[in-house]
Amino acid sequence: MTTQLETARHPETLRRVCIEPLTRVEGHGKVTLLLDEDNHVKQARLHIVEFRGFEKFIQGRPYWELPVVVQRLCGICPVSHHLAAAKACDRLIGVARLTPTAEKVRRLMHLGQTLQSHALHFFHLSSPDLLFGVDDAVAHRNIVGVIQDHPEIARQGILLRKYGQEVIRITSGKRVHGTGALPGGVNKNVSTEERDLLLADIDRIVAWAEQAVQLIKRMILTSPESHYRFASVDANTLSLVAADGAFEIYDGGLRARDPQGGAIFDHADAQGYAELLREEIKPWSYMKFPFIAALGPEHGWYRVGPLARVNNCDRFTTPLAEQERQDFAAAGEGRPLQAALTTHWARLIELLHCTEAIRELLADPDLQGTDLRLEGDLGSLGIGVVEAPRGTLFHHYEVDPDGLVTRANLIVSTTNNNQAMNEAIRRVAADDLDGHELSEPLLNRIEVAIRAYDPCLSCATHALGKMPLELELLDAEGRRVAAIRRHADGLIDR
Amino acid sequence: MSKTFRLDGREIPFEAGQTIMDAVLAAGGYIPHLCHNPEFAPHGSCRVCLVAIGGRQVSACTAPASEGLEVESDSEAIQATRRAILQMLFVEGNHVCPACEKSGACQLQAVAYYTGMLAPHFTHFFPHRSVDASHPDFIIDFNRCILCELCVRASRDQDGKRVFAISGRGLDSHLAIDSPSGRLGDSSFAAGDKAAHVCPTGAILPKHRGYETPIGARLYDREPISVVGDVRAHEEEVA
Repeated sequence: MTTQLETARHPETLRRVCIEPLTRVEGHGKVTLLLDEDNHVKQARLHIVEFRGFEKFIQGRPYWELPVVVQRLCGICPVSHHLAAAKACDRLIGVARLTPTAEKVRRLMHLGQTLQSHALHFFHLSSPDLLFGVDDAVAHRNIVGVIQDHPEIARQGILLRKYGQEVIRITSGKRVHGTGALPGGVNKNVSTEERDLLLADIDRIVAWAEQAVQLIKRMILTSPESHYRFASVDANTLSLVAADGAFEIYDGGLRARDPQGGAIFDHADAQGYAELLREEIKPWSYMKFPFIAALGPEHGWYRVGPLARVNNCDRFTTPLAEQERQDFAAAGEGRPLQAALTTHWARLIELLHCTEAIRELLADPDLQGTDLRLEGDLGSLGIGVVEAPRGTLFHHYEVDPDGLVTRANLIVSTTNNNQAMNEAIRRVAADDLDGHELSEPLLNRIEVAIRAYDPCLSCATHALGKMPLELELLDAEGRRVAAIRRHADGLIDR
Repeated sequence: MSKTFRLDGREIPFEAGQTIMDAVLAAGGYIPHLCHNPEFAPHGSCRVCLVAIGGRQVSACTAPASEGLEVESDSEAIQATRRAILQMLFVEGNHVCPACEKSGACQLQAVAYYTGMLAPHFTHFFPHRSVDASHPDFIIDFNRCILCELCVRASRDQDGKRVFAISGRGLDSHLAIDSPSGRLGDSSFAAGDKAAHVCPTGAILPKHRGYETPIGARLYDREPISVVGDVRAHEEEVA
């Protein structure tokens, strides 16, 4: 275990190395390492240094604005926030089940979103590490390098993403930050012209997605030992699953498993998430640390996202993705895969599933239905949960009798992965960095581990008023002149 | 022979008693405006309809048309003044177009686009304003109020209720509601009132609704306000 690397005993005696900013991730974060004289790593932390605060500033706003307002916290996966908020609003107005057209339009939007986000992450952000190796020259280790050396892979990646964006545009009006989902339904269907536009390219998109899975599989299976070892941490997993245990990203029950694949809970009603999960605050990050309540903060942290979902589900409903899942499961030899880089493999299996599921859905005439929206009576509590590209996403809203938000709690995918990411970088620090003279390629290994989780740091920092903060005033020589500290309970001391 | 004046070189006919704004709108032309609504007495307060006559700037909605006037409206100098006025309106309140229900069908936003305003330019005031959702059918979001007084005039002149008034002076000016609590739900305001349907921004909106018109089909998604006309002329379509 590497948990002891969270806090060094005598940090004042140690040398500090900082990776800032983290590159090729969404949002702003940094990693700090504290090393002794012999380059032994004594402390490794992933810090989120930006602050967004949506939980606070939507207080007092009307509930029907939530799907459109809250999605603005992200430019990569706004659809996930749009849909989680819309699902919460469905519950707020007492609509538990949408019309078939509304549900299928939302599902199509979500598939398009997952497709484009996964394509962006793999091809634009992570493929340079995997294609060129983590030691490749920095100036070459990026999407421009991929375009130069592997133009066809880059082209397919960019067009896969574009296709996903087109699905989003058609279902929500815009490629980024549309308005498709409303409390109780959607504001438009998919016309036959729009459907035909998407159908024209879908076979090619499925074929490219299939090639992408083969690409990552080849990469990992050519040197499985190093890929399985790198940044591997045994984690509990959490995801939604369908009622029959199949892969599900829009609506389902919560399934949590231990690192060996044993059940912690299964098909739990997402409306009761607050009983299942808790959040811990630490003074050195703006991001909260959630954990499974029954296991406590030390052992209850968990992983979400593609690796968790593909490990957790019993099957995919689409044939090509299911075939790939079986290969993936076989690689684990009866145990869930835990290595950071296998997340890319899982992510691309999901990407393949999205393309297949879009093709199936486009054949469904319900998309052209005109029964778009149901109405209900306003209650006081709404909880919406979806599987965002990066993992399980919880939106929880409470409103007053006038319909204005009084309280909000967002547990964002990246927040769910907070401890898992920290454990991953500590594993890299202990395995790959400890005792070595640090170099850029070595430090990039830390980033490669974080990147595998595809964190969206801007999505993940919203609590206001609870965060312990310390403010220091230093003189020109760096000596501390004064300090003020606010504790998690709001008390301030000097 | 009717009398005429010239707007940016174009002959505009008018009848006695018409303002420059009345005549231009009747002739199918356009001068941007926010507080003007032909159903109510001219107000001249928003200053967005500024035009120049002989080098002097006047509000087109209050200036009487007269024979032989040379009116300058579409010049860059006039548009720059209008942009500055709009930029001040945007920073004085909290106008968050990306999340607003009215976006795409908002007269303030459409006029801003018409004048070429693409950014607020000035430092935001970020005033602390609230949302009054106490009424069962309508909300008032004070963040979006530009003090055009159209609701004040509609309630007073057509509804005969005087639900609204402007209170305070200068920067403290704000929309006040005539009810014991100061809240809309305790006033005599009703969904069928004229005052409920004249707001050129997203300040007075029907409750529990929003974003129902898909992007691409909203009032100003396809053509500018100079072609489409005011929100009020399409009230039933967008409500």
